[in-house]
Amino acid sequence: MELKKLEEIFQHKIDNEIKIEPKDWMPEAYRKTNIRQISQHAHSEVVGMLPEGNWITRAPSLKRKAILLAKIQDEAGHGLYLYSAAETLGISRDEMIEQLHSGRAKYSSIFNYPTLTWADMGAIGWLVDGAAIINQVMLCRTSYGPYARGMVRICKEESFHQRQGFEILYVLSQGTDAQKAMCQDAINRWWWPSLMMFGPTDAESSNSEQSMLWKIKRKSNDELRQQFVDMIAEQVKVLGMTLPDADLKWNETKKHYDFGAINWNEFWNVVKGNGPCNKQRLNARIAAHQNGAWVREAAIAYAEKQKNKHKAA
Amino acid sequence: MNNLIKKYFYGDYGEIEAGSNASNNNKNIAWPLWEVFIRSKQGLDHKHVGSLHAADEQMAIENARDVYTRRNEGVSIWVVESKYITASNPEEAGELYEPAVNKIYRHPTFYKLPDEVDYM
Repeated sequence: MELKKLEEIFQHKIDNEIKIEPKDWMPEAYRKTNIRQISQHAHSEVVGMLPEGNWITRAPSLKRKAILLAKIQDEAGHGLYLYSAAETLGISRDEMIEQLHSGRAKYSSIFNYPTLTWADMGAIGWLVDGAAIINQVMLCRTSYGPYARGMVRICKEESFHQRQGFEILYVLSQGTDAQKAMCQDAINRWWWPSLMMFGPTDAESSNSEQSMLWKIKRKSNDELRQQFVDMIAEQVKVLGMTLPDADLKWNETKKHYDFGAINWNEFWNVVKGNGPCNKQRLNARIAAHQNGAWVREAAIAYAEKQKNKHKAA
Repeated sequence: MNNLIKKYFYGDYGEIEAGSNASNNNKNIAWPLWEVFIRSKQGLDHKHVGSLHAADEQMAIENARDVYTRRNEGVSIWVVESKYITASNPEEAGELYEPAVNKIYRHPTFYKLPDEVDYM
């Protein structure tokens, strides 16, 4: 079949909400965009475990340790779902990991910020996972089947992440003056980076238009960001805390919250590798992979041996 | 990025060990890919839930338990190495399913019965 015809059939499916599945014909750019986006998403889940892993031994109670462990285990699982979805597009797991380690593939910049206090675990759950969920709920309806199915599974599991985060902050907000201050400080540090998680403004976003046409994305960065601000601006009142933005205020005409200008210089700086923790994160990731190499090799050797034993018997 | 795509996975793996032969240059031995099927409760079919890499079938089951049944999603797990799955070709879907589309008399709604017995 000629290319033009194939492209027509493809776009017809997209327009009619028919999911694209791995063996279906798809434009190379669609394949590449999905590989890039899904693998970045997977890397974010995996790197996202690092700032939290730091707090497993420091969590204030056994209950909190168990919850944090469960959350981090979920994130490893989410990374796996996403890597698997990307693999259906023809890229291998090794190649994706290599791209991450060499710096060619990105992960969400939010994980290049340090986690300084226990309240950061709360702020990450509430704000960072909250922002991620807004994006992920949209992606449950993305046009590539395996990605959409992975997202449905992730969204089901992710909801506890945000709730436990809010609960951590809520407990602190009811505590001593020092605990309240810790809570407010964490919110202050995580608020702006969380807003940046939605990516550049629509005017600046290079990938957006085609992605919307292909229904890889279904809402623009700015739409999603606004949805997040509206949600958090209400929830923060329950904590009796404030968001660090003097311009934040309800706009009765728009029925949305107005908010202040985002420091995009900071955003691009972190994306380019100059955030507070870029190097630590990547080094920790590479070390984990290298230190695990002997386990992977041993497992293969053991599997071979068992297979041979089985054959001989 | 074009050159990264060496093979097509998922349901039509062919003979090569799926997902495991790329970039082995750095002495990385990658584990083969497995498809995971979960029975969510007694009385229901196993349903495909996703895939994972594992060195052997035992590890595939254990990993599947850890990733796909952390919240009581299942009572039974099947794993099969992805390379053993043969899939139909979507481009032939037209011819493949055409007979089913044509034979509307296979559906109960094809038959117009008197009202008295229409619950049949």
